[in-house]
Amino acid sequence: MDIKAKVIDEEGLDRTITRLAHEILEKNKGSQNLVLIGMRTRGEFLANRIHKKISEIDKSDVELGILDITLYRDDFRERLKQPEVSVTDITFDMNEKDVILIDDVLYTGRTVRAALDALMDLGRPSTIQLCVLVDRGHRELPIKADFIGKNIPTSFNEEVKVKLAEVDGEDAVYLMDISNENSEN
Amino acid sequence: MSLSSRHLLGLSGVPKEDIQLILDTATTFREVLERPIKKVPTLQGKTIVNLFFENSTRTRISFELAQKRLSADTVNFSTSTSSTKKGETFKDTVRNIEAMKVDMIVVRHESPGVPQFLTQISDANIINAGDGTHEHPTQALLDMYSIREKVGKLEGLKVCIVGDIGHGRVALSNIHGLKTMGAEVSLCGPSTMMPRAIEELGVKVYHKIDDAIENNDVLNVLRIQLERNAGASIPTTREYRTYFGLTSERLKKHNKDVLILHPGPINRGVEISSEVADGPYQVILNQVTNGVAVRMAVLYLLGTMH
Repeated sequence: MDIKAKVIDEEGLDRTITRLAHEILEKNKGSQNLVLIGMRTRGEFLANRIHKKISEIDKSDVELGILDITLYRDDFRERLKQPEVSVTDITFDMNEKDVILIDDVLYTGRTVRAALDALMDLGRPSTIQLCVLVDRGHRELPIKADFIGKNIPTSFNEEVKVKLAEVDGEDAVYLMDISNENSEN
Repeated sequence: MSLSSRHLLGLSGVPKEDIQLILDTATTFREVLERPIKKVPTLQGKTIVNLFFENSTRTRISFELAQKRLSADTVNFSTSTSSTKKGETFKDTVRNIEAMKVDMIVVRHESPGVPQFLTQISDANIINAGDGTHEHPTQALLDMYSIREKVGKLEGLKVCIVGDIGHGRVALSNIHGLKTMGAEVSLCGPSTMMPRAIEELGVKVYHKIDDAIENNDVLNVLRIQLERNAGASIPTTREYRTYFGLTSERLKKHNKDVLILHPGPINRGVEISSEVADGPYQVILNQVTNGVAVRMAVLYLLGTMH
């Protein structure tokens, strides 16, 4: 896997997150009814950061939860490797709330489909809005994001890698070339 | 991460990583059981048959709930209503069920080795829900999960299994599983209930309940199985209570915290007194809840394996 380009650097990522936080507050007219849900694993850390920004801007403390969607996946039968399950950590009531679902990359839309099903089993939110750091296109389901950090048009031979200091030791978004790996398969 | 075998026949020979994976995965399902909607779509479209050739309430309900909460389709079979009563052989019964395209079979049978035999005549994933006096792996897994949940670890822990070891498949599965996880296992009970040469499994044997309480962190108290003719091993249940019954007086004498497990059903006033069974150190009802989570973990790990 070769690096093609560094699309967002550390400063850029911070600015993007600041903008996303402002957009979320603008569209929802403040944070009174908001809850943030990060999707494991990188969505969780993005949600933490957006949560921090919203607290700074709005001087409020909105609820923050973590969602694990492994049990709702639709690709159990196709995947060669068994996905590892983790624990969902949502301790508050989501009924009648405006839920901001946060993930790093929006691609086929299948993960979001699974997340929507998982959320519906946990309560009945007033709205669910999708916030992603990167939208790379190639949707396979009718799903679109409400808040997008950056649109990065990609080909099937490319992959978007989001790196976050909490897990990867750096803040950056890379465009990777995976054409070699595809041809080997 | 996935399990190294596509069946769960017992805990003998099951590697540490597999047990660890099952216990870790059970934590996920423990959370699912706390939700308002206690159901996930993970095993949608999978068909599971519960083949119970022996009576069971807890284990059967626990398995059935676990299957339903994973959205699998389940079929129940019990001997009283089955065609084995009409003279069909076990093998033919299984072949017929197999022909109806099932993905997994959960089996309980009075003869040891039946689950193993099933793996040879069926392509389904086989889960042992108790085979005679041999093994009962999911019970031991949920015991280990309950201990780990309370104490935080299994390694280095001193666990004593008290009671009818000879009739207890729970005992054997616990010995194998706990030893694999690095716990120190001992047994306590009258010598008539102790299988010969059981020390060869690497366990210490106590014949006095006070010694067992004094030297252990956890006591797993097994039921005196009167229906399996345990009465032949002891003069009376009252005498058993006098010498081996777990009472609060006995526990107080030792002035230490011992965690108490019991796989149920309880014979109150025989192997355990009511005060202890409902007391602060026991996790008996936690065990039952954890049982569903652990069985969901096993079904999930086997059912989504390739």
